[in-house]
Amino acid sequence: MATDGAKKPSEAELKDYEAQADAWFRENTPKDPGFMLPLTFMEVSTDQQFEFLCDWQRKVYEAGYLGTSWPAEYGGGGMHPDYQRISTRMMKKYDGPIILNAIGIGWAGPLLLDIGSEEDKHKYIKGMLNADDIWCQGFSEPEHGSDLGSAQLKAVRDGDEYVLSGSKIWTSLGDRAKYMILLARTSNDGPSKYAGLSFFLIPMKIPGIETRRIKKLTGEYGFVQSFFTDARVPAEGLVGKEGDGWMVAMKTLEYERGAKVNPAGGYYLKELDAMGVVDLARNSQRGGKPLLDDPVMRDKMVEQMMEIQALNLNNQRRRMAPLNQDKPMGLAMMNKLARTEMIRDLTEFSLGFQGTRAGYYVGDENAVDDGYWHRSYLNSFSATIGGGTSEIQRNIVAEHVLGLPKGR
Amino acid sequence: MENLGTIGYSEEQVELMEVATNFCRDKSPMDKVRALLDDDAGFDSAIWQEIADLGWLAIAIPEEYEGVGLSLSEVVPIAEQMGKNLMTTPFADVTLAAQAILMAGSAAQKAQYLPQIAAGTLASLALSEANGDWDLSNISAAANAKPNGSGDDYILSGEKLLVPYAAQADIIIVSILVDGAVRLAIIPRGDIVADDAMRREQIIDETRRTYAVTLDGISIGGDQLLDADKTQAALDHVHLAANLLQSAEMSGGTIAVIDYTLDYLKTRKQFGKVIGEYQALKHPITNAYVDYEKARSHLYSAAHCFNDQGRGEVATRMAKATIDKAYSFAADRAIQFHGGFGFTHDCDAQLYRRAAIWHASQHGDATYHRAKLADLLF
Ligand SMILES: Cc1cc2nc3c(=O)[nH]c(=O)nc-3n(C[C@H](O)[C@H](O)[C@H](O)COP(=O)(O)OP(=O)(O)OC[C@H]3O[C@@H](n4cnc5c(N)ncnc54)[C@H](O)[C@@H]3O)c2cc1C
Repeated sequence: MATDGAKKPSEAELKDYEAQADAWFRENTPKDPGFMLPLTFMEVSTDQQFEFLCDWQRKVYEAGYLGTSWPAEYGGGGMHPDYQRISTRMMKKYDGPIILNAIGIGWAGPLLLDIGSEEDKHKYIKGMLNADDIWCQGFSEPEHGSDLGSAQLKAVRDGDEYVLSGSKIWTSLGDRAKYMILLARTSNDGPSKYAGLSFFLIPMKIPGIETRRIKKLTGEYGFVQSFFTDARVPAEGLVGKEGDGWMVAMKTLEYERGAKVNPAGGYYLKELDAMGVVDLARNSQRGGKPLLDDPVMRDKMVEQMMEIQALNLNNQRRRMAPLNQDKPMGLAMMNKLARTEMIRDLTEFSLGFQGTRAGYYVGDENAVDDGYWHRSYLNSFSATIGGGTSEIQRNIVAEHVLGLPKGR
Repeated sequence: MENLGTIGYSEEQVELMEVATNFCRDKSPMDKVRALLDDDAGFDSAIWQEIADLGWLAIAIPEEYEGVGLSLSEVVPIAEQMGKNLMTTPFADVTLAAQAILMAGSAAQKAQYLPQIAAGTLASLALSEANGDWDLSNISAAANAKPNGSGDDYILSGEKLLVPYAAQADIIIVSILVDGAVRLAIIPRGDIVADDAMRREQIIDETRRTYAVTLDGISIGGDQLLDADKTQAALDHVHLAANLLQSAEMSGGTIAVIDYTLDYLKTRKQFGKVIGEYQALKHPITNAYVDYEKARSHLYSAAHCFNDQGRGEVATRMAKATIDKAYSFAADRAIQFHGGFGFTHDCDAQLYRRAAIWHASQHGDATYHRAKLADLLF
């Protein structure tokens, strides 16, 4: 594993490192680039944003603050995970832009480090860390989204290749990615729909794969539909065995929670500046008076503050076993649901303050905060739909935390 | 916002949580809870003695007064487990009475009463009146200097309502006006002698007992009054401490009613399916659970920050406001999700729903605390 050799650093070593990382991020974190930066990797739409974020990721990697605790032989820093935790904290402290290559270093990388071949680790890891190789995730299909286990894109073995046919959709960064992690069907006659699924790492820029950009509700581009017409990919791309696909896909979810493989660091989703809502309200007017004089608005604002604070506290409490004895997995399992719904609700609420100016959108000089709140509200659905919808999250909490039966 | 709290816990909290979890579960099974509904006192004196023997009444009393010398933070996990098992005793009321004396008592009063309370003397607070106001300074009961006395002695008038366990109490601390200022006075239960001075009230939560207490004609000496200069601070402290302990009880009650409902959703069948498969039930109960966890984080933040200037008040009010909503919602849905059985007195859902209404009715509900929070935050 990643850090077998790295020895636990002393307090003094960590202090030195922290001072050094602090200085680096203070100096190198880009200030306002003059255009709107994405809050999540799913929101990247323009070339300008894409290139800016590739540059930023490369720079962080080259300074040693990304993949810090991944093995040095594959391109990581080979250091103890405590160092990575510090640099990620510093990145947050200076409110750095997001790390773009989420599917690469958050999903594919840990998978390779955990069960990949030596050859694959050498081939892929460095490129994902330095943003040379952007990755995307081909799970959802036009006919099967929440019901991922029914995915139908076909993969047929032909010598030392697989032949792919079918379609994937809503693929973030799909038009820019060099590689995809792909869930495909290798068989239809297993004991269950899951048994026929296989997991592949495939190249995207090959004959037989075409992508079509899809315009998002924000008016921007960002995800694609991809069409596979007898696309031939090397059989080495199969992860595990044929039929292991579902299990491998579930594994990647564990990595997301930081289990088994040390995180490569950084963050792919930026936290909304929730407290900014208070300033927004302070600076808004109703009937010539500050909006925050209005008792109804005050009450609603307190409700929002309590939600934000609850989630901050949940995050702290998650790590405190004695305060989670009853349902130990509860806070971890509900986090996505609670956080994404909170942000949707908060950003929607923020539009209500802006009076006539709520009518503007990004691009108009009169838009409040350059349209930040509008765009954040529309984009908030990326998280309440993507990565498993809120409804599916409720099923998961109900079934895995509360022990209720699966619906039939 | 610098007055938002953080979360943490002490080793003592965790130890007490473990002990209380077992104790309350063992001593307060549902048949016991139900048997006590019809009991005059409303609690089992043998268990009350055990609670005293465990030292739980002494937790937040300093060692110099023969207490344990911890804080209200350590009382929270106990109150939570009591709420979870609907184990209703004067525990919280006595704890609060001790806090009032600790905050505003004279040296002599503290030395006399705190060791007694630590050892099991039942003390209660008489703060509410007919106006129903949560503002503890809005009272009209009064103490008037006796016409031709030395000026030190007073005669009381007025009525206090919703006085917890007044009939069983050894001492009652009443709020009264003295020369127009709110004061607190310690009255031995034995001094309340008139035949009709105490009336048991009908309250929504049948696991509890409260009394209307008529003060007319009771005499007190000046030495029974708590320190005038510290009275307002003591009342503010009692208000927040009451909300902290209520939040803890409510947190326990919330997860209990969720678990109770889950049991039904996992066993009751309709249309050939276990009803827990229906998302019309599954998703609301999940929402109730998510709200519970959020509120519980606020609770343990309040417990952790309770004594921090400013942050303690914000955290406590957030705890009460969030758990009030969570408990009310969970218990309301619990009734609905039990169908016809949910409408019966036999179904436990009503016990929790009534408890939630009770807690909302005392020391402020969610709306009240949000209004206070708005003033603290903006
Ligand atoms: C911004 C964005 C980025 C994305 N990026 C990627 C990506 O990179 N790669 C990728 O593979 N996918 C991606 N997705 C796809 C995403 O994972 C799917 O959209 C999601 O899983 C839902 O699937 P669906 O769109 O087919 O909706 P459906 O599954 O058809 O759902 C429609 C509605 O029905 C509800 N529903 C469905 N099943 C149930 C049920 N059992 N119980 C209750 N309600 C139910 C859903 O909650 C939803 O409200 C992205 C989506 C978004 C919005």
